[in-house]
Amino acid sequence: MAKKKNKKAGSNGLTLQFMPFSEIAKLNSLDRIKKLLKIILNNKVVVLQGRLKADEETRLIEDTMIMVGNISGFKGVELAVISQDAGEIGKFQKLKFGLAKALTGAHNSLTIIGPATIIKEMKKDPKKLEMMIR
Amino acid sequence: MKILKNFAKRMFSLFFRKKKEISLGFYGPPNAGKTSLANKICKDWTGEDLGTVSNIPHETRNVQFKEEVEIKYKEKSLKFKLVDTPGIATKVDYEDFMKKRMKMNKKEAQKRAKEATKGIIESIQWLDDMDAVIVVVDASINPYSQVNVTIVGNLVARKIPVLIVANKIDLKKADVKKVEAAFPEYDVVGISAKSGKNINEFYESVFKLAKKA
Repeated sequence: MAKKKNKKAGSNGLTLQFMPFSEIAKLNSLDRIKKLLKIILNNKVVVLQGRLKADEETRLIEDTMIMVGNISGFKGVELAVISQDAGEIGKFQKLKFGLAKALTGAHNSLTIIGPATIIKEMKKDPKKLEMMIR
Repeated sequence: MKILKNFAKRMFSLFFRKKKEISLGFYGPPNAGKTSLANKICKDWTGEDLGTVSNIPHETRNVQFKEEVEIKYKEKSLKFKLVDTPGIATKVDYEDFMKKRMKMNKKEAQKRAKEATKGIIESIQWLDDMDAVIVVVDASINPYSQVNVTIVGNLVARKIPVLIVANKIDLKKADVKKVEAAFPEYDVVGISAKSGKNINEFYESVFKLAKKA
């Protein structure tokens, strides 16, 4: 199979695309991942309100690995999720967040995904997330 | 009649479940020491190694396993199928393999990178076959990486029991407390697969884990 070329790989600059969860809320897992990877292939960093489901995160890694082998210049992604630590909130708050999550998705989280050709590293600790650009 | 049937069914499954070997997976990021730990267990109980170990990331690029590994702890014994998996990562850059420490030429590096990507996919696909999983993390580096969180999150979603091993406690920078803080809801045991430090505590934790499987 001929390798596809990622035309924009290696271009300078940083573009952040903020995405409300409603943009992907009604999509199935496959389409959610497709949508995110399409943006990443355009050399943009996605800042998604909320987070993917656990199985969607692994599916994203699987699809990314397939793309690394097939799209020239694509080296994978950097991914980080920051969310409110459930251990730090009270029972009532937990119930409130749990209900909100069930109704609208996990909106107390923020997911950052970008191409590894642009993001060198994302350093995370419980209180902060640092994004290092190449 | 129904009660009798259920009782017979339960006894049947209990009897055969105890005889069955437990599929125990070793998951984690590259270079955390999964193969070193699997080798240590195999060496302790079968006298043989399971795979090759190296300082170069993605040394394990295929799932490898050893069946019928009988581990004994305090006069009890359990049979395991040890499944060592390639390290999971979100990026693989062949140019990393060409850096001075690894000294690979471009062709070798590209081949290794291709195999590494396939290995990551294979690791993920094996998740469903596990009865229990040991997530191996390097205790000397930041444990809050998304790969660790994603692996643990997936295991929880699939209801697979997890034990977190903070490996490389022989290193000065190792910080088991930091790993415990990153995964407060899980059992964490600090070990050195290389020197065997704390290995008895590890086997005790493996037996506790097997009970949940």
